[in-house]
Amino acid sequence: MKVLLRNPKREIEVPGGRSVNRLLDDLELSREAHLIIRNGTLVPGDTRLDDTDVIEVRPVISGG
Amino acid sequence: MTAQPSRCRSCKAPAVIDLPRHNANFCAEHLVQLCNRQMIKAIADFDMFSRADRLLVAVSGGKDSLAVWDMLIESGYQADGLYIGLGIGEYSEDSGGYVQRFAHERNLHLVTIDLREDYGYDVPTAAVATKRVPCSACGLSKRRLFDKAAVDGGYDAVVTGHNLDDEAAVLFGNTLRWEVDYLARQLPVLEARDGFPKKCKPLVRLTEREMAAYCLVRGIDYVVEECPMAAGNRHLGYKEALNAIEKQSPGSKSAFYLNFLSKMAPLLDGQSAAAQGEVGECERCGAPTTGDVCAFCRLVEKSGTHEAVPVEMVLKKHRRRH
Repeated sequence: MKVLLRNPKREIEVPGGRSVNRLLDDLELSREAHLIIRNGTLVPGDTRLDDTDVIEVRPVISGG
Repeated sequence: MTAQPSRCRSCKAPAVIDLPRHNANFCAEHLVQLCNRQMIKAIADFDMFSRADRLLVAVSGGKDSLAVWDMLIESGYQADGLYIGLGIGEYSEDSGGYVQRFAHERNLHLVTIDLREDYGYDVPTAAVATKRVPCSACGLSKRRLFDKAAVDGGYDAVVTGHNLDDEAAVLFGNTLRWEVDYLARQLPVLEARDGFPKKCKPLVRLTEREMAAYCLVRGIDYVVEECPMAAGNRHLGYKEALNAIEKQSPGSKSAFYLNFLSKMAPLLDGQSAAAQGEVGECERCGAPTTGDVCAFCRLVEKSGTHEAVPVEMVLKKHRRRH
């Protein structure tokens, strides 16, 4: 599946067949600091992701 | 066997978000309801304002300030917006665009101030002129101009989008250093006094993740990119540390901050410099200050006479440091 990351903006390819929480753990990203948007829709941590999905990993922490 | 998708705690529809601190999942509709309820509870618990008051919301183009403006309007409050153009290159141009579109689409009144046009400097220039980190000049400028705009415009209160993560991180930093003066002032409401307007933070019961999710499900477009000047700042480090604790023990951030307010803040009442009557008037602009000339007037004097500094120059220096 295609995974879009921010700060800096980049795109990586990751095999599907894992949950949202597992994806964040594998990318070493905090669950509390990110949201996952699958094919344009916000999804919870136990959602199973497929090879064909387009995933946006959206950081939510701001430094102000 | 296929796992059942998470269901909303309220209506059992498919969930869009899991919130471990509530030990629950929520659909879009009930997430919005949860956010609104938490904001209304904060407004009531801390006696912030009523629907008869005129509010000035400090908007940056980020998720928190646009979300709080949206939630206030949806809940029937009278709220105008105030945006300050900070001159941080493309980031400021983008942020301003999000704010303008948000206000225009909802037919809301937006007041705009531009640091360069109105005061002769911008944040990158101020950082170089004062030899301090950009966040220092940025924060000082915003605080002073929000106060001034609220007083000049006759607003009853300034509203900011500070959320639970922001407040917990500041509390963490102030506690690490036992900054008693700052701790005594770290309240969700600061009453109007000596030329300062009333200041309120209605999002103190909501996390950053909840606010970002609120914006997504409400279709609020906001600037997702982090301010390039903020990268690596101390505040972000505190947030990361608190999130590591939160992962192990959901609800810790909320307990840390909200229990500070209920148990510790009353013990610190009267400990701030302002409460001890040490605030006078700036001899140049009349703003409240503890010195003869306020920090903002000194900043304008130093930065306004300095040659304009391109944002890239400050970023290059900043990247070397981090």
